[in-house]
Amino acid sequence: MAKRIDVSGLTAYYGSHKAIEDISMTVEPRSVTAFIGPSGCGKSTFLRTLNRMHEVTSGGRVEGKVLLDDEDLYGSGIDPVSVRREVGMVFQRPNPFPTMSIFDNVAAGLRLNGNYKKSELSDVVEKSLKGANLWNEVKDRLNKPGSGLSGGQQQRLCIARAIAVEPNVLLMDEPCSALDPISTLAIEDLIGELKERFTIVIVTHNMQQAARVSDRTAFFNLSAVGQPGKLIEIDDTERIFSNPSVQATEDYISGRFG
Amino acid sequence: MSTATVTPKGPSTLRGARLPKWSPYAIAAGSIAVAIGIGVVGGLHSRVQWGLIAAILYVVASYAIATMVEGKRQAKDRMVTSLVWVAFLLAVIPLASLVWSTVARGVKVLDLYFLTHSMGVVADTEPGGGIYHAILGTLEQVGLATVIAAPIGVLTAIYLVEYGRGNLSKAITFFVDVMTGIPSIVAGLFILSLMLIFEMQPFGFAGSLALAILMMPVVVRSTEEMLKLVPNELREASLALGVPKWRTILKVVLPTSLGGITTGIMLSIARITGETAPVLLLVWGNPLINANPFEGAQASLPLYIYQQYANSAGSGAAYDRAWAASLTLIAFVMLLNLVARGIARWKAPSTGR
Repeated sequence: MAKRIDVSGLTAYYGSHKAIEDISMTVEPRSVTAFIGPSGCGKSTFLRTLNRMHEVTSGGRVEGKVLLDDEDLYGSGIDPVSVRREVGMVFQRPNPFPTMSIFDNVAAGLRLNGNYKKSELSDVVEKSLKGANLWNEVKDRLNKPGSGLSGGQQQRLCIARAIAVEPNVLLMDEPCSALDPISTLAIEDLIGELKERFTIVIVTHNMQQAARVSDRTAFFNLSAVGQPGKLIEIDDTERIFSNPSVQATEDYISGRFG
Repeated sequence: MSTATVTPKGPSTLRGARLPKWSPYAIAAGSIAVAIGIGVVGGLHSRVQWGLIAAILYVVASYAIATMVEGKRQAKDRMVTSLVWVAFLLAVIPLASLVWSTVARGVKVLDLYFLTHSMGVVADTEPGGGIYHAILGTLEQVGLATVIAAPIGVLTAIYLVEYGRGNLSKAITFFVDVMTGIPSIVAGLFILSLMLIFEMQPFGFAGSLALAILMMPVVVRSTEEMLKLVPNELREASLALGVPKWRTILKVVLPTSLGGITTGIMLSIARITGETAPVLLLVWGNPLINANPFEGAQASLPLYIYQQYANSAGSGAAYDRAWAASLTLIAFVMLLNLVARGIARWKAPSTGR
């Protein structure tokens, strides 16, 4: 299920603006990797290059290689749609489809892709909702609209929707920034469970969260506003938060910057 | 900090004199009374003058009284509020009077017989006859125009919002704007020139083509606005699930905005239903029932109204029929609007709370 991600020399642009420059890293399967860094340093942009969502933005383009178990996502003949089926994504703000019920939201990935068996659908939905720790809260109202849930429940619904298509990698772009501490805890627990099955990459502004949920942490920074963001270092989370090898990382983590 | 800066307890600065709640009504009643007085004494015959005097008196009196009691700022507030009310009444009065006179004059001959018979054997100056042929013509012409214009308009809007980049989409947007401003008679003349080139006789579908030209830009514009309202997060959520773009548009974007798009189409139908000029040029009108829009002259409601008025040499029966047809037309447009609202409410994404 889970696959390794191997990035080498990745540079991403928005039109003529270079957003991130020359990033190389390896993400191990069945692990949680956290991206931290100041706003605008390209964490989210980098995350979006990992499932080719970057190019959805007008003017977005990428140079470099992203290997998913030895297959280059940017190689010729690669269909971005198939890439996104392998590499799922959860966004900053919960975004369930407003016209669909809870059941339909979770089933959306399978239904819209067309390759599913009717008899399996309700099993997949149940399994995904259980996987997202949401089943007990919604099992009696699967036909109600997803937008009627609380913010934290909506975010878990979006996670259920993402894991229903059985991706190999799950990308999370600040999944808790719009949630209260209790919902955040629920999502963090969930990440701990999901890493048994998926490779997880999470962007967060909350350093305690990075320390709590991740195995490895990558620190991104930019030298000045308008300059491209760069990967400063990536290491085991414990090391990053106790004894980072780069001074800038320590300054950022301990709150001394500028 | 000396205690001397604490002022002795005076009247509260947060509370001021207020006019009682009923005062606007009282001022309105007073202004109307005074305006009637002025009208009677001054011998003004026009009721419009009475009304205008009352309106001016109301605005001035609200301002003056509020200045005396409440102070300058509140007075300005009251003046603007009263101006808004006067403007509202000025806008509503013509509308109400139009509906009233149409209903009052229209119901005279409006009955089942009128709705189910044509003018086939009735001369325009005689009583009797009906509008069945005109209703049939309107429904067919507008229906065909919608079948042409709605898909093209919606697809154009989808292109502009979801795919359009660069000069082509800019050019399309520009020409859609230009098309919005085309007078209906020009659209009619355009189709007429084609008809003359191909030496064709008037027929209903030609009218539909001209109406479709008028309808298309309205559909494009309203659909575009509705599609822009769909949050980008939903598109990204769908794409991130590995759903192709066209399916994302079909299954996520369109259902989310369906209510608004349908409302836009309904309103544009309502707009073209009342068009007379292109129908006059291209369909000609026909006192007989012609159910085939692809051959021979047809009637239509707006055209029927015009011809009853123009061709009847002042016959009262024809005027009655024109009013009844107007009432039918207004009722039809109003019904379309209600249906549009119903669909919008029914299809609106629910919050489920």
